Order: sequence, then C-alpha cells, then structure tokens
Amino acid sequence: MSAVHLAVDAGWGWTLAVKVVVVMALIPLGALILGYTFLLKMMSHMQSRLGPMEAGPHGVLQLVMDGLKFIQKEDITPVEADKRVFAIAPMIVVISTFLIFVVIPAGPKVAVQNLDVGVFYALAVSSLSVIGVLMAGWASANKFALLGALRAAGQLIAYELPLLLAVVGVVIQAGTMNLQGIVAAQANGEIFGWGGIGNPFVITQFVGFLLFMVAAQAELSQTPFDMPVAESELVAGYMVEYTGFRFLFFFIGEFGTAFAYAALAATLFLGGWAIPNVDLANGWMNVVGPLVLFAKLMFVAFLIFWARFTYPRLREDQLQAVAWKFLIPIALANIVLTGILKVAL
Amino acid sequence: MSTVDPDAPPIPSIDVPGGALTPLADAQLNVELDTGDMILNLGPQHPATHGTLRLVVRLDGERVVSAEPVIGYMHRGYEKLTEFRTYPQVTTLVNRIDWLSSFANEVPFVGAAEELMGIEAPPRAQYIRTILTELSRISNIYLFLGEMALQLGALTPAFYGFRDRELVLNLIEAVTGGRFHPNFNRIGGLKDDLPWGWIADTKQVMKKILDGCDDFEDLVVGNEIFQARTKSVGIIPGPLGASYGVSGANLRASGVDWDLRRDGKPYLVYPELEFKVWTHPDGDSFARYWVRLQETREACLLVLQMLERLPSGPVMAKVPRIIKVPEGEAWVETENPLGQMGYYVISKGATGPFRTKIRSASFSNVSILPWLLQGVYVPDVITVLASLYFILGDIDR
Repeated sequence: MSAVHLAVDAGWGWTLAVKVVVVMALIPLGALILGYTFLLKMMSHMQSRLGPMEAGPHGVLQLVMDGLKFIQKEDITPVEADKRVFAIAPMIVVISTFLIFVVIPAGPKVAVQNLDVGVFYALAVSSLSVIGVLMAGWASANKFALLGALRAAGQLIAYELPLLLAVVGVVIQAGTMNLQGIVAAQANGEIFGWGGIGNPFVITQFVGFLLFMVAAQAELSQTPFDMPVAESELVAGYMVEYTGFRFLFFFIGEFGTAFAYAALAATLFLGGWAIPNVDLANGWMNVVGPLVLFAKLMFVAFLIFWARFTYPRLREDQLQAVAWKFLIPIALANIVLTGILKVAL
Repeated sequence: MSTVDPDAPPIPSIDVPGGALTPLADAQLNVELDTGDMILNLGPQHPATHGTLRLVVRLDGERVVSAEPVIGYMHRGYEKLTEFRTYPQVTTLVNRIDWLSSFANEVPFVGAAEELMGIEAPPRAQYIRTILTELSRISNIYLFLGEMALQLGALTPAFYGFRDRELVLNLIEAVTGGRFHPNFNRIGGLKDDLPWGWIADTKQVMKKILDGCDDFEDLVVGNEIFQARTKSVGIIPGPLGASYGVSGANLRASGVDWDLRRDGKPYLVYPELEFKVWTHPDGDSFARYWVRLQETREACLLVLQMLERLPSGPVMAKVPRIIKVPEGEAWVETENPLGQMGYYVISKGATGPFRTKIRSASFSNVSILPWLLQGVYVPDVITVLASLYFILGDIDR
C-alpha cells in the first residue's frame, strides 16, 4: 500500500487536520513573502534606500526576527478595555483570511475544498474581518481606535458591493461559480474565436479586473484607501492599543489577506494555476500549478503595493463618493454589457 | 442652534396623542436626540504634530466643532537665557529655535548686535551669509515638500525630501562644520571663508534640487488625490491672515504680496539680487504647498546668482576682542523659511543683552488654528496642520 493510499485511508479526521495545518502555515508564509518582497524591499528601492540588510542574506530573515521580537513583548490590555472582545478580535481577522484560502485552487487536485459556490463563499467570508476590526476598535476603549473602526466599517461595507459586482461579469462569462470551473473556462476559452492562449478574463473583463483591484485595495485598507489605520491621523486606527503577539496577528492578517486577494484575483482574471495549451488533467500540474499561481499572484500583489507606496490617501467622504458614484455604476454597466454579449455571441 | 427668523410663518401645531407639539416642545425633542460631542486630544505625542503640539479638538462625528492649540510643552526659555549669555554665546541658543534652518536664525540676532555696535560685515561675508541663509531655506522647505505628502498618506515623497536635503546639509557642513547647528556667524562677519571647491559642488547640488522640485511637481502637485485633499481646504483670507500675524509663505499663498527680503528694511545683499516673490490667490492648503515649491526653486536660482557675483576680500570686520554693545535698542527682522522672524534687543552696555524679545513665525502662524479648524473633518485637520508648516521649537522657543 503506497503512502498516498495511506493518506486517503487515514480517515476524514486526519485529512482535515493536514489541510488545516497546511492552510494555517500558508497565511504566515504568504504574509512573510509579501512583507519581505514588497514592504521591506520594493518600497525601500522605490525610496532610494536599501531597507534591512543585516538579518540573513539581503535581510530575508528580518520579518522572522521581528515576529520573534513581537512574541517577546509584553501583552498589554488597557484597563478600560472589554477584555474578552479585545482578545478575540485579532483571531477573527486572521480566521477570515484563513477561510478564503480554503477554496482557492492551485492545481487539478490541489485545493482544500472544491466548493460549487467558491466565488460566493470567498467573498462572503472575506467580509468577516470587518467584525474583527469593529470589535478591536470598540473594545480598545480608545477614541482613535473607535474612529478607525467606524471608518473601517463604513469603508469595507461600501467596497464589498463593487467587489462582488466586478466578479459577477466573470461568473457570467464562465457560467459557473466554482473556482476550478472558472480556471477551466479560462484555459479552454476563446477570445472572440481565437483560442491561442485560452481566455484569461483580464482581457475580456478588463473593466471588471480594474474594479476588482480598486475594491480589493479598499478592502485591504491599503493606501490610497488606508483611512482606518491612517497613521498620520489616527496613529494606527483600530490597532492602536494592540501590542506584542496580538499586534503580530493583525500584521499577519493584513498581509495574509493581501496574499489571499492576490490569489483570488489571479484565479478569477489571470487564468489561475493553468498554463495555456497544457492539458488541465495532467498530473504534473499538481506540482507546477502552485508555482504558476504563485507567479501570477506576485504580479497582482505588485500592482497592489505599487499603488500603496505611490499615492496619498483619500478623505473618508471622497472614498464613499468613489465607491457609490463611480465604481458601482460602472460595475453595473459592465454586468449588463457582459450579459448582452454572452447571449449575442 | 439656529436663530429664529422673525418673518417666518408660525409653525402649525400638530394634533398628537398627549397634546399638541409646540415649537418649544419640538426644540426640546431635538435636544434630547442630539448626540454628545467627543473631545479628542491630538498630541502632544502625535505623528502629525511633528513635535509636541497639543490640539484639543471637539468632534461631532468626524467634524471638528472647535479646536484649541495648547503650546508650551517644549518651552526652553531662550529669551530669558539670552540675559545670562554674552552676545557671541547667544547664537548657540538661537540656532535651536527653528532647528531646520538654524543658520537663518542667527542672521537677525547678529544683525541686531551689529546695528547697535555700528559695525558692518565685509561684502564677502554678507554674500556668504546670504548664500547660507538661502541654503538653509532650501533644506527647510524641501523637507516640507516631502513631509506634507507623508501627512496625506504618501510615503515615498518624504524619502525623496530627506534624500536631497542631505546634499544641502553636506554643503552647509562643508562650510560650517555643523549639519544642524552651524553656529558660524560672528559679530562683524563669519568664522571662516568657503572651503576650496565648494562653489562647483554647490552649483551641481542646486541643479539636482531643481530637478527634485520638478519631481515633486509631477509626483505630488500633479496628483489628483493630492489635489482633492488639499484644494479649498483650510482657506485663509489674506486680510484675516495678516491680522492674525500669519507671515511667510502662508500669507503669500493667500495672495498677499509681502516678502521682507524685498519689502522690509534692507538686510544682507537682497537689495542687489533679482528674484521673484511668488504668490497664489487661493489661500488654501494646495496654494501653500505650491508657493513653497516655487520658493525652493527661487532660492536655488538665488544661490546660483550669488555664486556668480561673489566678491573677494576678508570675511571678518575689525571688532574688539571683548564685545561690549553700546546702550540702545534694535529691532531686526528677516524673512525666514517659516515667515517673519525678528529680534528686539535692548542693550545696557554690558557684554550680554539686557532683554531680548524673539518674534518667531510659527507662534503667530498657529494662532489662526482655532478659526481655521472650525467645521473641517479630522483628515483635513492634518492637511491644515501640515500645510501651515510649523516647527515646534519655533512656537515654544
């Protein structure tokens, strides 16, 4: 009996445990990769400096060291804080990230759970983090934290809508909400009759892609939509009272969610783990697929962080105006157009 | 509460269970539904106040009802300290008032002492003083150009500001030996002449700074988000600003064409130079940024202009070994990077001043904050604070 059979025979409990451990490991790993590549190195080079260079070759271990430092720090809970809520809030933010990873496929068999309503599920659980943020802001008993949390709530709810509407175009074109199905639809699709590279939806759904990226930027609270943390106004918004390990949770949550959204965008718009003209059922894709997805994901993350390090931040009312006056009408028009073309062609 | 218009028709009473709602009862109802204001302490430790300014802000939601600056957390008593120092020692103190343009702080004090003693520095010393004043203006305002973008959330311009300011600080260090606190002025001239090769270096650096200004023009001024955040935010009407004592670029951005280098009592070599005083009609935060950007360019051109005309000769006039200033009073004011800076020195014939009054620009500039911050949103408070551009040492002295 081979090892694979053993794993299958080990029962659902073990399989589930392995899956949980893998996904749990993915979040800090993704946060580390994005944090190092973009926050430490890309930003530094954009700003004509080197960034950290001492810990490990070219500073690769800097974030690991920072993590160790955070673990050593005293865990302070404010006297006035609502202690239980204060303690749970960072977990909820991380759990919401964790739940997104469950449905993202990285190969024909490499997916924790292949849900039929994958897109719907991913977007639904991603908004759970709002609850964590609101809890953190309220429980901190700090005015800056409260302002940050209220801003976050208003912002995340406003941008949930364009995010969803942007994806509807993709769902119409693919004809399925299953993420594996969307990958397959892109690999086997044709761009107005030409099937040379399949149909990555970024080409036919470029409006949707732009909307998705803008809305994701807001959902991730990245500049120019970083009012909830706005360090020059609210110091650090809802995170202001968090120290040590709990702060680390928020940090991992922030970059882990960026990793998850980048993976989601790569799957929905850039063809996911598939390579054009390679058979989808090929067993090797289980090994190559994750690498392909990772490469695409890093490209999307590059776009996110490029904007983050370049732009100033909008004001709260301007942010709402962008969502309701521009993004949502454009998204609705995009859906109508996609529907008409889908029926006509 | 709004005042009642006497000509308005009477409000009809409505039949409701439990009796009619009179206007008075209606008002009562509104009071009960009114939400309480929140008092927020911005500072003394807050990243946007770059120092220890404290703002007590009353908030209704995110809208500011009233704001009051509380100053004095960094008061070091320089006016009093000057009474216990000799004249040459005082320059060390005044260096630390506006710490980003220390050299420019020394100039008016030394000018006041020289005026009382009837000494005039030699022309070469005057030119070098003017060059160093303009260099410290560049190093000061250039940091602002990046810093303001940082306050609005853009990280990268701040680093460009720091990077290029380093070049200017190196130039100042090469002449004076100090990066931040040169302490280079002497009564009657300067400590030393320029080092060898400095003029060529300065010309190169000025070209780099001019390029850097173009970068800021593209990256910050041309940015739609920056414009949306700053245009028509924190408008200071020109006459009102002047009545509050606002000076410098803050006032010129409100359309008041007033620059002490050109309009004040002649000092240093400014009367011999050609330069443009930039103004902007709008008076908002964007105008203040724009005017400062143009002033940095103008300062670069001024330095280049002076390097061409630099006369030769000594850098120190003949002064006695022990400096005693004859009895009298002098008021010397200069156009510093932050605005009007003046020293009123009273001498009783001793080795040190009898009394000194320091008029610093930031102190008057922040006095307009309670008026300016009424009714703006919290993010705009930061925009206004950043665009007024104060140095805490210049407020508290």
